[in-house]
Amino acid sequence: MINEIIYMNGYGLYVWSAFAFTLLSFFLLYAVTKSQYIKEKNKFIAKFGALNSHKAVIAKSQSVNKEILSSTSRI
Amino acid sequence: MLKYLEPNKIFSITSKAPKYVLLLFIVILTIGLAEALIFSPEDYIQSHSVRIMYVHVPAAWISLGVFSLITLFSIVGYIFKIKNFFLISKSLAPSGLVFNIIALVTGSIWGKPTWGTWWAWDARITSMLILCLFYILYLIAWRLYENKDKVHFITSLILILGIINVPIIKYSVDWWNTLHQPASINILSKSSIHISMLIPLIYMTAAFALFSLLIFLMKYNTELIKVKNKGLDRL
Repeated sequence: MINEIIYMNGYGLYVWSAFAFTLLSFFLLYAVTKSQYIKEKNKFIAKFGALNSHKAVIAKSQSVNKEILSSTSRI
Repeated sequence: MLKYLEPNKIFSITSKAPKYVLLLFIVILTIGLAEALIFSPEDYIQSHSVRIMYVHVPAAWISLGVFSLITLFSIVGYIFKIKNFFLISKSLAPSGLVFNIIALVTGSIWGKPTWGTWWAWDARITSMLILCLFYILYLIAWRLYENKDKVHFITSLILILGIINVPIIKYSVDWWNTLHQPASINILSKSSIHISMLIPLIYMTAAFALFSLLIFLMKYNTELIKVKNKGLDRL
């Protein structure tokens, strides 16, 4: 049973490499997208932290800014 | 209606959705992989190599669907001057490109045991490669141009030229004699695929669509934060 799943009548190498390539592509795209998201978010948090109190109040009045600050570990 | 498409309204949803989509994707993908690799039968002609279909076909479908969607969003965004539609298009494109590459590579892997060659310049394969080039051009255009109006115009133009290729891909197997087999699944007429192979194909298509949605949501959130970063610079 296990041997049949692995070798697949001699087609195993083709089938497994096609599935492996697909899953590897998924993993890489997910990792790259997540790292870009974290990078932008950290940039936002750093910029927000550098604002003076008056500007911070203005920035915090926007709902998206509040959402970004409150969702640091969401993904 | 349009007020619900504003980034402020959308972000409250898109920032929460990815974790649920990721969970659902993992569940559906696990079922799909088990069906595709273990439970589905082998083909009487192609034997086990037919299993490559379960990654090749959904990847091709999603890449075509995503390209059609980003074209639609860009054209509507350009006509009605809705900037958010361009952000949606830009966020959808990376997953479309990756699915296009997956379709090309897995098609090539499938071609070797089936046709005896890794690559053939036939109509279906060549038109899919051209679609890949349009995806790359579209993403490069976003990196090249800083001016928003210019980038909106250039990217819309690339997509309009690229969308001409989509019906060519779809009907290439009917219009020309190609190595590629004709479609086994038809929405309007009877499909020639057996139900035991259709079920894993549906699971894998659903999983791929969920992955595309997941990447879109993450990318869209990133793009919105980029916009907000620029907003902080202007304060």
